[in-house]
This record gives sequence, structure tokens and C-alpha cells, in this order.
Amino acid sequence: MSNVLWQHRLGGEQMIAAAFEYHRPAHLKGALGVLAEYGDDARVLAGGHSLIPMMKLRMASVGHLIDLQDIAELKGIRVAGGRVTIGAMTTQHEMIASTELSSAAPVIAEAAVQIADPQVRYMGTLGGNVANGDPGNDMPGLMQCLDATFTLAGPDGTREVAARDFYHSAYVTARGDDEILTRISFAAPKGGYAYEKQKRKIGDYATAACAVQVTMAGGKVTSASIAMTNLSDTPIFSAAAGAALVGTSGDAAAVKAAVTAAVAAINPTGDNRGPAEFKRHVAGIIIGRAIMRALSRA
Amino acid sequence: MNDLTPTPQERTAKLKGLGTSRKRVEDARFTQGKGNYVDDIKMPGMLHGDFVRSPYAHARVKSINADAARALPGVIAVLTAADLAPLNLHWMPTLAGDRQMVLADGKVLFQGQEVAFVVATDRYVCADAIELVEVDYEELPVVTDPFKALEPGAPVLREDLAGQTSGAHGARRHHNHIFLWETGDEAATNQVIEAAEVVAEEMIYYHRVHPCPLETCGCVASMDKVNGKLTVFGTFQAPHVVRTVASLLSGIEEHNIRVVSPDIGGGFGNKVGVYPGYVCSIVASIVTGKPVKWIEDRMDNLMATAFARDYWMKGRISATKDGRITGLHCHVTADHGAFDACADPTRFPAGFFHICTGSYDIPVAYVGVDGVYTNKAPGGVAYRCSFRVTEAAYFIERMIEVLAIELGMDAAELRSKNFIRKDQFPYTSALGWEYDSGDYHTAWDKALAAVDYAGLRREQADRVAAFRRGETRKLLGIGLTHFTEIVGAGPVKNCDILGMGMFDSCEIRIHPTGSAIARLGTISQGQGHATTFAQILATEIGLPADSITIEEGDTDTAPYGLGTYGSRSTPVAGAATAMAGRKIRAKAQMIAAWLLEVHDGDLEWDIDRFVVKGAPERFKTMKDIAYAAYHNAIPGIEPGLEAVSYYDPPNMTYPFGAYVCVMEIDVDTGTHEVRQFYALDDCGTRINPMIIEGQVHGGLTEALAIAMGQEIAYDGIGNCKNSTLMDFFLPTAVETPHYTTDHTETPSPHHPIGAKGVGESPNVGGVPAFSNAVHDAFRAFGLRQAHMPHDHWRIWKIANQLGLHG
Amino acid sequence: MGKKMQIALTVNGEAHELLAEPRELLIYVLRERLNLTGPHAGCETSHCGACTVEMNGKSVKSCTVFAAQANGATITTIEGLGSPDSLSVLQQSFREHHGLQCGYCTPGMITRAHRLLQENPDPTEEEVRFGISGNLCRCTGYQNIVKAILAAAATINGAKEAAE
Repeated sequence: MSNVLWQHRLGGEQMIAAAFEYHRPAHLKGALGVLAEYGDDARVLAGGHSLIPMMKLRMASVGHLIDLQDIAELKGIRVAGGRVTIGAMTTQHEMIASTELSSAAPVIAEAAVQIADPQVRYMGTLGGNVANGDPGNDMPGLMQCLDATFTLAGPDGTREVAARDFYHSAYVTARGDDEILTRISFAAPKGGYAYEKQKRKIGDYATAACAVQVTMAGGKVTSASIAMTNLSDTPIFSAAAGAALVGTSGDAAAVKAAVTAAVAAINPTGDNRGPAEFKRHVAGIIIGRAIMRALSRA
Repeated sequence: MNDLTPTPQERTAKLKGLGTSRKRVEDARFTQGKGNYVDDIKMPGMLHGDFVRSPYAHARVKSINADAARALPGVIAVLTAADLAPLNLHWMPTLAGDRQMVLADGKVLFQGQEVAFVVATDRYVCADAIELVEVDYEELPVVTDPFKALEPGAPVLREDLAGQTSGAHGARRHHNHIFLWETGDEAATNQVIEAAEVVAEEMIYYHRVHPCPLETCGCVASMDKVNGKLTVFGTFQAPHVVRTVASLLSGIEEHNIRVVSPDIGGGFGNKVGVYPGYVCSIVASIVTGKPVKWIEDRMDNLMATAFARDYWMKGRISATKDGRITGLHCHVTADHGAFDACADPTRFPAGFFHICTGSYDIPVAYVGVDGVYTNKAPGGVAYRCSFRVTEAAYFIERMIEVLAIELGMDAAELRSKNFIRKDQFPYTSALGWEYDSGDYHTAWDKALAAVDYAGLRREQADRVAAFRRGETRKLLGIGLTHFTEIVGAGPVKNCDILGMGMFDSCEIRIHPTGSAIARLGTISQGQGHATTFAQILATEIGLPADSITIEEGDTDTAPYGLGTYGSRSTPVAGAATAMAGRKIRAKAQMIAAWLLEVHDGDLEWDIDRFVVKGAPERFKTMKDIAYAAYHNAIPGIEPGLEAVSYYDPPNMTYPFGAYVCVMEIDVDTGTHEVRQFYALDDCGTRINPMIIEGQVHGGLTEALAIAMGQEIAYDGIGNCKNSTLMDFFLPTAVETPHYTTDHTETPSPHHPIGAKGVGESPNVGGVPAFSNAVHDAFRAFGLRQAHMPHDHWRIWKIANQLGLHG
Repeated sequence: MGKKMQIALTVNGEAHELLAEPRELLIYVLRERLNLTGPHAGCETSHCGACTVEMNGKSVKSCTVFAAQANGATITTIEGLGSPDSLSVLQQSFREHHGLQCGYCTPGMITRAHRLLQENPDPTEEEVRFGISGNLCRCTGYQNIVKAILAAAATINGAKEAAE
């Protein structure tokens, strides 16, 4: 479900999608072929909990729907050589349930359980969450925090894009219309972590959310990565916020400096959750809490 | 036969009558997915209907072109106002004496308004066809603020009323004005307030919300042209009234219309009114000769049907220096939306807002309510409350808090000082209603003791001090409420809906082998009538509740009644049930006398039997009597054992309660946590404690939603901002706190079994309790009034404006 | 109207084949074609959970699943969880603890609770509340639903222990 639905002018939507042709390829190659054939008129379907409501509201027009559920190569979690690789069609539920993932990158489950609700997490995938460019989605910010790499497969082979370079504006990403995001990988994070999110209720997008990873050695912060969700039209990674922590003891002044730097990087807009000034203030609080919790675990 | 076992206790227990936490008979089908809701109904050849709705809040409809839609295979008909006009069905009367467009007649007045009705073979074709209907709109200036709507140059919304200087409720002083309704003595009230030692004045806004039952509204209309009979299944809280309205509108004789409310997935007031969807489905079925189903989706439901509240209540309350209330003045600006479709008894355009004097002995009072048209959805229903009672309760419970601030007094003490005393009942309020019974001080003291009120206040003071020292960012709010409701509409002498007196009814048939069926004019939407009404009867007639079937909702079989809303089922239909039961018992007594060969005056009723006085071994059980009624030829007594009662209540009932909410508030994020919620309800005689507790849980959760986040809001051009469950707050199990329930029991003196009704109390009392907790948390920092809903942003804004963010 | 496709489903242990447009929603396929009217539509945007069914071992909101996506799936609805002659422990527990009022959310709620207890047979109250947070109820305030699920878990676990 879109983050920005209420801003559209509504009236008498039927909650029935327009007719489309359905494709369920067994291999990535087949999916790319359908995509190449129909171009703009085709969309890939992962868990569907963003796309299907938009189709039902007829805000997304899709002539050809390519369901990725049968493509085995898009599934699975692999931790090897200090690197975590997650297939795009891996669900939030599978990530939460994976003990391997929880020990390699516990922040993933901490964020994933704060997404939507149990039923949606059974269907919702990591790939769908990061690929559609909805600024309300939680995983893009987290992936920027983890400095993840997205692998995109297209007609000319695969290429890799850093999560921190992937998002251009709301729903506009580095992914080409003929490409499919196939997997997400990142170095297994070390140190303390936190994903802090304020929302109105279960099932809501964030009023403000923040992902933090920090490492400490000898009482000093040695690395810090901070990214935020739903506080601009893209996720926001703030290098300055991380830099404000590195080299400090993680004391109150350092946290305050990091929060100030992070808040300077966001540009929230008002919606039903409240006006921008409220979100900016809450963001500062949430970022501060995320940093403190991550430090306490480092 | 003359064995005295089982014991009286065993015999009573077997009945599962009044006061028993009897398990619900409805649950077997619901837990197995075998409920029968309107959308479960499938009829041969059934068509699917749905609306083209307006995306604009105010626009002229210049043309509608449905050619492409009509040409789509599977589309049977597209109805517009032009098609309904020859039948005079393009407009329909509202319950409030206004009229409402069924389909846009020249203009639209709110976003989501019905413009055309498409009928197709299935929902998919119907959806495609709706997209093909081309409507040419010319946008007009939009007014969503009732104060601006009354300004001299405001756009004219209801052009159809041009030149009409009076409406159903008296004079109209402006083209967007609907009525001014007044009660009480304004001159005397002003005099008292002007002379008073202390006066508190405040604007209290109760925002626009929506009942939003989990099942939306819908119907299946089926015109059988062979035998001339129209059957309408639908989500009707008042099926008999719907039949009468359908007959008046369609000209079909009432005996040829059958209206059936099947299982209803929650109502909360949403399903009282008559909606364009019902009218269009009926017309479409008459036109096509086929059954037509119309089911709202959630967006339709939130945007177009039956909002509640939207009351701007300007109050002045006066008192002596030591806190004795002397007068209350209230002026309401009531935003009714585009059509006045409030569901109120005819003579009460502001419902029973008279109850705004609350639980307090206020010598003089005045209320004036101005109804106003705006470019918002019509409605104004009683969402889990009796008519405008929750608005009134919220108003007085906020005014009491504001007065306490003005007086520098503890709000619990102020309440206690002004309660109507037990010895004052029956008590006639300054606004003219007679409160039947109450014992407010006992309930209040019990509530304060249960939560250790003094201890909470000490903790709160410590918290404030710690906050000022910078040791915590959380504040503690203690939300108090003592509410009194007025429910059970109502006496026919002053309560009617569309001319139908607000009595209710019960018809009982006892079967030869000692089981029974009872039919009522009400309709359950989850309240468990099939369980509780059988309990009333079990106690009255001595047959086990398990042997009594309760049926409601089919106008072909049930006796006429005004339906279920406004907590009226137990006070009115419950009374009819008891009275019908007593008629059964009276005849049974005659039969028993004949069987026992004694004078009927020599018999006395004993749980489940008539016993010869002084000879307990000589008796006839109700089961024996039932058989005899069908088996024996008894001189002077007709065979059979049946009774019917139409009950016209002599008065309303006045349930009350004392609630305390303890809330932690995070000043920095505006989030909250309900740490404790204590709810004491006094609903008179308690029929089924398990069901009462369930009603309280549910009502409190709806109150939580309303107070803490739920709203129907519009932007400047009349777009509804909360039309999905993403943005319309319904709490999940995670946001819902624990509740502690408690009770006192003060029976109603005029109700046959002393019951008062409970379903709505927790909403009426809960909203001010949650809201007062928020206000109370900030009292020490100078807050007087902050409007609901208290979502994160608005709580944050309170803190921000009080300078608490440093 | 779009092209129709052949769809095979196993629902409550019974195999079905039907011709449907891909865009048809699973909730309506179940309700209108297979006459399984237990699951209900409540919001159409996957917030209320009244349409919850089990699909391939997951609780899903069938209002947000296209018929085509469900092709080949194994589905359980409330109708498959118990029968009049042998109600499931959860069904009995909901009645025993007054865990329902209007009944509209109940099939989805019980179906969800069923899966929850499969995955977490001995949940805490907090886990139950979190586990059913994709299902809205307007009547009960959840107090007795939570009670019913916890009691059902205790009953099931007690029976298991007794059997061991």
C-alpha cells in the first residue's frame, strides 16, 4: 500500500484491478524476456502488497504482470566469507525466521518485524521492499546503512548498484524498466545496531525511522553508519552523522552532534502523520534513540 | 412427579436466565465461518451494482456520457438522476426531515457522492464500466468549515433550497443554515453566569469520525415480477423502518415488501440510515427483473456513508468560589455535511444533547445548536452512543475539567461536590429530562478507591517535579470521567422516526413440548440478542434459555420494531420481551389452575412452575402447562400458548459509570501508553455479565480509537484524507491496552426487569476518560483545552506550544 | 474483460479447477466460486485481515492475492479447520471465552491464530497480540480474543503432555 495514497484525488475506486495478462516464468531469463517484450506495459510482481493495492485502485496500469514466485534463483539467504547475500524474493518472514541471518545481521530482523503485519510479512519480500522506491519502505534506509549492493539483471547481463546510489526520488530509482533486482548483498555488519521506528500503529509507515550500525574499540567509536526512512522522498544516508560519532566515546555531545548532522540531511513533508516540523523534531529523537541503543550494544 | 428434587438452585441454574454468563448461541456458526452476512447471499441471475462517485467536493455536473459503459459486454444498465427523475427517486427523504440526492442532480456536494449506478453481470465488468463513464464536472468553490459556511458571501451549497427560509426544524437564517434548535432558559442561564463568582469558558470540538464496522453497508434487492413481491436483504439496523420507507418511496404496498437483515458485521450506527445504494439496487432490480447486489468497499464506506460527531461546542459554566456549579450555557455549531441525514428521533435535531448537564445537579442551563451545510459527507449518526449523547458527555466532562482548573480544584472533588445525590432521584434536569435512578457517589468512591486515586495524584506530582528537574521526559495523566447517558428511545409521546413511534416488540410462541421461539423488532449486530433475550424469557417463563430460539430481522415474520441502535434493544425490546413473557405466564397460570383444580389465585410462580400456595408438592411446570395448552380442551381458554407485546417505554433509561484512565505521555514524540484503565459501569440489572464485559471492552477500544487518532478530515478542497484503513485509525491488539471492569447495580425503576442498556456506555465514557488523561498530563504546565484526536502529532503540538521542547 | 486462465487450487483438502481472469481476487474466488463464505472482505487494502486464509503454510490476506498467483496453491480456510462434529480447540476456545461478537472478523482471526500456534505453540500474551496484529476487530477490544488464544494454546499443550 502506498505511503502517499491520501494525496491522490479519489472517488468511487472499485478496488478491482484492470485486466492484465499474467506470466509466471520459472527462470529469471524468462522474466527478463517478458519484460523486454512488453517494456513499460509490464511489471514484475514480488509479494504484491504495494503493487496490488495500487492496481486495485487503478493508480498503476499494468498490461502484463510477471509473477516472480517460481524463480528459485531469486530466493534464499547465504552467509559466506563475511558477506550476506539475500535473494530478492526472500520474504520478511523468512528473514525474521533465519537464525543464520539473525546472527550475521541482527538488525535485519529488528527492522523487518516493524514492517506491516504478520500476514504482509509472509508475502512481502526484501526485493520488493527495496526496489519499488516507496520512501515509506523500511528496508531501503537499512540497506543504505549497511552499504548494501543491489544486483540488477537486464537484457545485457547483470550490474551492481550501491544502495546509497539507487534512489533518485519517490518511485524513481536506478533500475531500468527492463531490469529486475535479483539480490541484495552486504558485508556482515559488526558491532552495535538498532532500527528505531515511530509509527501510528501496526501496519503504518514510519513517522520517522532510523538505522544505525556502530563499532567501538578501546572506548572509542571506530565506525558509524546512519540512515533514515520516510523523512525525504528517498531514504537518507548521512555520512556526516556517522563521522560525528567516529573517534568519540559516544558521549552525549557526540550523539547530539550526530543527530544534528542527520536532521540537517532530511527534508520531510507533511502528511496525515503530521507536519514537517513535527517530523523533523521526532526524527531527531528517534535518531538519538537509535544511536544510543546501537552504542549500548556495541 | 411430586419429587421436590431438583432443588430450587438446580432449577434456576438449568434455566440460564438473568444474571448468568451464558455462552453465546450465535458463536457456533460464526466460529465455523457459517455466518450469513449480506455479501454471502447469492441468488440465481444476480447482478452486481456499483457507483460512479464524484472526485470533487463541489462541482456542477455538466454532462454524463455512459455510452461506452453501456456498450461494454456484461453491462446491463447505467442509471443516472435523469433515469430516476420520472420515478421521483432521484432524491430521497432523510431521517432528519431534509432530502438527499440519490444520484447527482445537476451538481455534487461532497467527494465520493453517488453520480451514476452501473449494473453488470459481475463485479469485474462493473468496475471496468465505471471507468468508462465520462462525467464532465465544473468545479465550484468548496466550504468545509461550518463557520465559514455561515459567512455572508459563502458559496451556496443547496441550490435546491433557494428561497426556503424554514426547514423541518424551524427558521433558516442563511443559505447554508439548516436549523437553530434550542432548549433550556437562555435568559436565566445568562443571568446566573454573568453574576457568578467563577466562570469557565471554552470551545470544545468533538471531531468528525466514522463508525466503520468491519462489514461495510450493502444489500441485495430482488423484485419478483411474477408475484409482485420485493425482497431486500441488507445491513439494516432498523429493517422495519426500511420496509416502510421502501414502500412509501416505491409505491409498492408494504405487505409486498420483505426486508431482511441477515447477520450484520457490526453496525455502531453506520447501518441505521437509508443510503442511495439501497434505492438504486431496488430500482435496478425493478428495472431488470433480476436480483441486484450492491456492497460498499471500505473507501465508499468512509467517504460517503454516515459520519458521526463534528460538533463545535462553545461552553460557559459558572460556579461558586467553593465549586458549586450554578449554570451551564452551550452553543453548538453542528457540521451536518451536504445533506441533513442525521439519524435522530424526528423532534430532536440535536438528539438528546440535553444530557450535557451530565451527572451534575446544575440548576439552570441552556443549549442552542446551529446545524450547518458544508461540502462534506452527510450523516451525523449515533456512533456507538445514543443520539448526540457522546458529544454531550464529552462536552460536560471537558467543561468540568476546565472549571476545575479555573477553580484551582481537584477535578474528582469538583465532580463529587456536584453529583446529583441518590436521594434526588427521580431527578428532573434543568433541560427537562427525568433521570430514572442513580447512585453516583457510591460508584465514584468505589472507582477512586480501586485505582488509589490519592496515590496516583502523589505519583503525578512527583513526576512533574522530576520532569522539571530534567530527570524524565514522560508525564503522567489521570483521566477522570463520570458519565450519565440517556438511552432506550423512547416514549412514543415524544420519540419517533419518520412518524413511527419508538416502541419495540416481542412475539412469543411456546411449542407443545416446552420449547419456544420469540421474535423481536430489533436486530443484533454482535450484541448477542439470541443469547440474552432468551435469558430474559427464561427467567420470566421458566423454560431453559437453551430451549428458546430468538429470531430478529425478517419483516415477514418479526413484529414491527424500530431496530437496534442508541442502546435501545434492552431498554425497549428487552422490556417487551419481559412483558410478553408475563402474558404467557398469566395464561399459563389459568391453565395450571385448571390442571390442578384450584383457583388461579391459589397459585404462585416458583422459578419454572406454578405451585399451589402452601402445598409445594402440588405444581405444574411450564413444560407441563405448554403441553396442556395444546392437548387439553380447557373451558374458557383458547388453545395454544402465544403472546405479543408492543412496549412503549414510559421513560428513557439513564445508565452511568465512573472511568479512570492512567496514561504515560512521551513529551518528545507525542506517543502515549495507557498504563491502567478502570471502568465501572452501572447498567441497572445485569442480564449476562460476560456479554456486558465484552461490550465494555469493545466500546472502550472504539473510544480509544476516537480519542487517540481516528478522524475523518478534509483538505482545503474537500478531499477526504482518511479513506482507507491506513489512515483511518482502528487499533490493533498491539495498540489496545488492558481494561479492568467493575460495576454497581442500580436498577431502573420503570423497566420491567430494571435493565438500562450498556453497549454504548464505554464509548460515551471512554472518550472523555482518554482525552482527559491527555489534558491532565499537561495541566501542571498550563494546558486548558486541546482538540481531539490526540494523535502523536497533536500531543507533540501541545508540548511544543507549552514550551516543553526546550 | 481479460483472458481467462485455468486455475488449480487445493482448498481444505479438496482439489478444484476453474477458469478465471488472472485479476480476480482470491477472496472472491473462494467466496463466490467455491462458496466458502467464511473469509470476508473488510478493507480491500490488506489492513483488516478479515479475508485471512492459509496459503502454502502462510497466513495471507486473500484480498491482496490475484487468482493467478494462487494457481497451484494449497489453501485452508476457516471451513477447513473444524467441523460441526469436531470443532477445533481454537473454535471452542473463542466461544468459551467470548472472543467474538459480530463474528465478521472471527474466521480470519481464528485462521490466523491457528497458524500462529503452529509456529509458536506456547506464546506469551505479548506474542499473541503481536501475532494477531494483522487482524482488526471492532467489537471485542481483543481482550477475550487474546484470552481465547492463550487458553487454546494451554489446552493443546496440555493434551500433548498428557499424550506423552
